[in-house]
Amino acid sequence: MQNHAECGDTMAVAEIDLKGEVCPYTFVKTKLKLEELEIGDELVALYDHAPAVENVPRSLRNEGHKILGIKEIGDHLWQVRIQKV
Amino acid sequence: MIGGFGEEQIRRYSRHIILPEVGGKGQKKLLESAALCIGAGGLGAPAIEYLAAAGVGTLGIIDDDVVDLSNLQRQVIHGGNVGIQKVKSAEQFVNRLNPDVNVVAYTERLNQDNILGIIRDYDFIIDGSDNFATRFLVNDACVFENKPLSHGSIFRFEGQVTTIVPHKGPCYRCLFEHAPPPGMVPSCQEAGVLGVLPGIIGIIQATEAIKYILGIGELLVGRLIYYDALNMSFDEIKIQWNKECPVCGEAPKIRSIAETTYAESCRVW
Repeated sequence: MQNHAECGDTMAVAEIDLKGEVCPYTFVKTKLKLEELEIGDELVALYDHAPAVENVPRSLRNEGHKILGIKEIGDHLWQVRIQKV
Repeated sequence: MIGGFGEEQIRRYSRHIILPEVGGKGQKKLLESAALCIGAGGLGAPAIEYLAAAGVGTLGIIDDDVVDLSNLQRQVIHGGNVGIQKVKSAEQFVNRLNPDVNVVAYTERLNQDNILGIIRDYDFIIDGSDNFATRFLVNDACVFENKPLSHGSIFRFEGQVTTIVPHKGPCYRCLFEHAPPPGMVPSCQEAGVLGVLPGIIGIIQATEAIKYILGIGELLVGRLIYYDALNMSFDEIKIQWNKECPVCGEAPKIRSIAETTYAESCRVW
């Protein structure tokens, strides 16, 4: 975990690599990881399971979290940036 | 390992964790909680089955009976265990279903001497007993020890269930001050019971335990569900706190378990 000092706030960025994981565990594991973080912290998650790229952000939004960005960073590899709310 | 959960636990409890009302935090509460099932029979068996599945970390089970072939029409966890102590049979079932659950087995009959020491260790009590003497004993002990309690009972095609949170709502004695006179109510052996009926009631009791531990939803406090399997109807009866209740009223007559008579006035269900 790294710490960013932006605008005077200390915001932690955590990462979770969920390559090889399928639904619903992509969401379950992302959710468990978010529970470990503080409100306002950012989580960067990696998925290679295409349905997760739609399903996980939708489920996270339903729980009130913020999706900061979804990016395809390789062949069948996506990075989703989430802010814990 | 994520959030304190191992890979198997993440899979086992995933459908709980997904629920916004439960999540990893709620699942952890369940794993750290302790529930006591009084009786491992018609009501206790289905309650044990689902509490273990839910990952309630400590499950106390008290029963002094042995599995009989006639139990298997409704007490499905005891399959293959005729002749074995019910508590041991239930423990075997739980160990096979969920290794996260630690069973505390009491192969004894609950009585005035042991009840306070036993219930003290638990967060929630499920009364699946089959007689009025035990029901009143459990109610009074839970009021004295401030333990939340689910009361369930069944008869032929009908069941009733309510939740008692002492001093936050009515207790069992607010509803029934005393047991009916001996001989007034037929016993289970005389009356019979539809096998699926206790499954419904026992699982409602387990549901209440799980909700209480998680701190979610509305408990059956001050409400009694009356279930009629023949009509397939659920009726809700409001129960008021009785300020003249002998145990939780304004001037209680019952002040200790030791000084009260809990005679086996009759055996029911």
